[in-house]
Amino acid sequence: MSTTAVPDVAVAPVDEGFWTRTRKVGVVLLALGLLATVLFGALATGEQARFTLSEDAAGAALEVNGTVGAIVFGLITLAAGGAMLARLPKRWFMPLLAVGLVAFVLSFLCWQVSAAPAGQNFMPLVNIVRGTFLLALPLIFGSLAGVLCERSGVVNVAIEGQLLMGAFSGALFGSISGSVWVGLLAAAIGGSFISLLLAVFSIRYLVDQVVMGIVLNLLALGITGFLYERLMQTDPTRYNSAPRFSNWEIPLLSDIPVLGPALFRGNIFLYLALLLVLVIHIALFRTRWGLRTRSVGEHPTAADTLGVKVLGLRYRNVIMAGAVAGIGGASYTLALFSFTKNMIGGKGFIALAALIFGRWSPTGALLAALFFGFADQLATYLGAINSIIPGQFLAMLPYLATILAVAGLVGRVRAPAADGKPYIKG
Amino acid sequence: MTNPNPEPDSSAAGPAGTGSPDKAPASEEQATETAIGNTERAEAATTPSAAQEPRPTLGRLFLENLWAANTFTVTLLSLVLAMIVGAVLMIVSDPDVLATYAYITARPSDAINGSWTLVSEAYANLFKGSVFDPGATTLNAALSPISETLTYTAPLVFTGLSVALAFRGGLFNIGAQGQATMGVILAALAGFLLPLPPGLHLLVAVLAGALGGAVWGFIPGILKARTGAHEVINTIMLNYISVYFLTWLIVQNGVQDPNRTDAISRSVDASAQLPRLFGDGLRAHVGIILAVLATWAVAWLLNRSTLGFELRAVGANPDAARTAGMSVTRTYVLIMVFAGALAGLGGSQMVLGTTAAALTPLVIAQIGFDGILVALLGRVKPWGVALAALLFGALQAGGNRMQSYSGISLELVTVLQALIVIFIAAPALVKAIFQLRAARAARLQTSLAKGW
Repeated sequence: MSTTAVPDVAVAPVDEGFWTRTRKVGVVLLALGLLATVLFGALATGEQARFTLSEDAAGAALEVNGTVGAIVFGLITLAAGGAMLARLPKRWFMPLLAVGLVAFVLSFLCWQVSAAPAGQNFMPLVNIVRGTFLLALPLIFGSLAGVLCERSGVVNVAIEGQLLMGAFSGALFGSISGSVWVGLLAAAIGGSFISLLLAVFSIRYLVDQVVMGIVLNLLALGITGFLYERLMQTDPTRYNSAPRFSNWEIPLLSDIPVLGPALFRGNIFLYLALLLVLVIHIALFRTRWGLRTRSVGEHPTAADTLGVKVLGLRYRNVIMAGAVAGIGGASYTLALFSFTKNMIGGKGFIALAALIFGRWSPTGALLAALFFGFADQLATYLGAINSIIPGQFLAMLPYLATILAVAGLVGRVRAPAADGKPYIKG
Repeated sequence: MTNPNPEPDSSAAGPAGTGSPDKAPASEEQATETAIGNTERAEAATTPSAAQEPRPTLGRLFLENLWAANTFTVTLLSLVLAMIVGAVLMIVSDPDVLATYAYITARPSDAINGSWTLVSEAYANLFKGSVFDPGATTLNAALSPISETLTYTAPLVFTGLSVALAFRGGLFNIGAQGQATMGVILAALAGFLLPLPPGLHLLVAVLAGALGGAVWGFIPGILKARTGAHEVINTIMLNYISVYFLTWLIVQNGVQDPNRTDAISRSVDASAQLPRLFGDGLRAHVGIILAVLATWAVAWLLNRSTLGFELRAVGANPDAARTAGMSVTRTYVLIMVFAGALAGLGGSQMVLGTTAAALTPLVIAQIGFDGILVALLGRVKPWGVALAALLFGALQAGGNRMQSYSGISLELVTVLQALIVIFIAAPALVKAIFQLRAARAARLQTSLAKGW
């Protein structure tokens, strides 16, 4: 694969000389650690910061003195940064980075929780974890749709449109039929409708895939907004009152502290999302279909030579991706809210960010989606305790993280080689 | 390892396969020479198709190409197709009319008449709201549709030019939305925070808008140049960052309107507002004149200046440009700064013009995303972009009237706009539907299929 990097236009010269990636990241960690130790330590109060294992202030809790916690975790980040500068073997890079960042977040939380108004110096972990998964749900579905598309060489910027169309058709047909399952099916079909357009225009008519994705997002926004105003707003009981999936509790597993209530008392979409991550991961890396998909995404000519039907496979994968994203959209309208105009509101683009941040792999996408979901949930929590950190800045976090990731500051991000290139059989 | 070669070759030849790319640089060199002493000719030559190749008389050309898959016919038919799909949407979303289709075999006239009334009324209002209303009695009422169209057109010209300029340099600027957002923020801040005399105040506010956009364009530009980070990803991310920044900023002390509790900022001073063109009753403002000037400037920049030549060379083939001694990285940064400044100017009009005078979270609407459509519809050529923006402005203005008179939601306009661009992006489809004669149809010059 070394040759494929050559045609790239402005690939940065690989870090040479003194400032290797490890050194850069080490310095960043040192700075973060210093910030945490000094600033967070100074701003934190002597109150106990309690991280309760329940939904409220009661019950068992992990407690730490605010100032002490902020300083100790800050020092851990400092140590991780220092260790990184001390030329440890390469395999230590990721663990050190993880430890450093997690400690930084914990230091931040110690400060925030201890500085909260009196009586609110606690953070209910169950709520946080549950909220994280809930907010990450559409992101997981969306980024899985991205994985399916882009691994086979079609850039999917239309995730937003697919989610929106799924949410809309799920709500519409769920309401008309009165059945959640019909709604779910309709959502999958709605999502794949947008993806079918993407497939036809980018594969058959060779329209630039990013252009097509952007246009399709606008099309989905227009169509759903139009039909929402014409149908759903005029007769909401008939067109916009879809039945909802209830929560299914899995016995035994749901009794695990913190994770149990968050993970095993969810609705079908939560289970479906986790299952899909597993299935797509296995399918992509362990089956014949997966091998073919990846080869079509990396080097379609070679795949074609070996008898893989490049275009057919791309069509199939893109349409499947639409169905996955459509179901993701329904995780709003068939479980939480009724449909409103532009209700996805940019989640599709965060899903795209999660896909890139997760380096085009299903598990990476899951982790990235959870991270973004956590940032989102944290913003809500900090708003509730009147933090001085504006929620908008936390909301920016996923986007900033993605920019840092693609700029090569946190490891190299490499897309499938043929991603976005139309295949013309010649 | 010789295998990979045919594939990239064929994909490169696909989008730009009309044979013009090799020709363009040659004629450009001559063009830059002549431009040194003669700027008047620049205006005549800004329609590139006319300037670049000798052709038979216009009349003959017109007849020959009338039903061929040329740019104009494809655009017009795309508009027709989009309106047909729009009509279908209107019909299926109207329960009364839809009910008549239940007995269409028994009495087809009901269904046909009902559908026709619904659709024709809606589109008539679209026309009356954007071009001319035959029922107008006063001069103001007669001019009003045009004035509305021009008001919506002006910012779209800027964002369209922003996207088109980047396209020509081989970059996809999805960030026009974010750049326009930063533009509107700085323009508004300059508009109500700086106590300056009239005239100067307006100038400063407009330039502040351009600066905001330029900074927001510089970031993806420098990241692309230095690290190779794909501008599509970064501009998408920056779009959202700017939106959150705006929503945060609006409610800060000194920015938020002191008399309001909701998210709205103070109003821009009168001294920083763009003067109106046709008196107080009509909304058209000087922005449209600025837009025309900007179109001319971008056309000049692209076709007559050294920078424009480098820009197009980099867009056509960065490796060749580098071999020829051009700095590809510097060009990337400059392209994004210019594109950002243009989008910022477009954004500044949303608060200095007549559409609004204060910042709200949705102050710039969709002008950045619409700019992408405008650039594509205008075939990424400056004057084409201006015309495309005029069409989109007209759709927007007419859509308002369609909404209030026919009760057809404004969202239909978004659908129409997206559909038009989908059809023009796939001329082969339009050609197949209408059985057009093959012609040297100008394919979209967006040879960007490079992936991330």
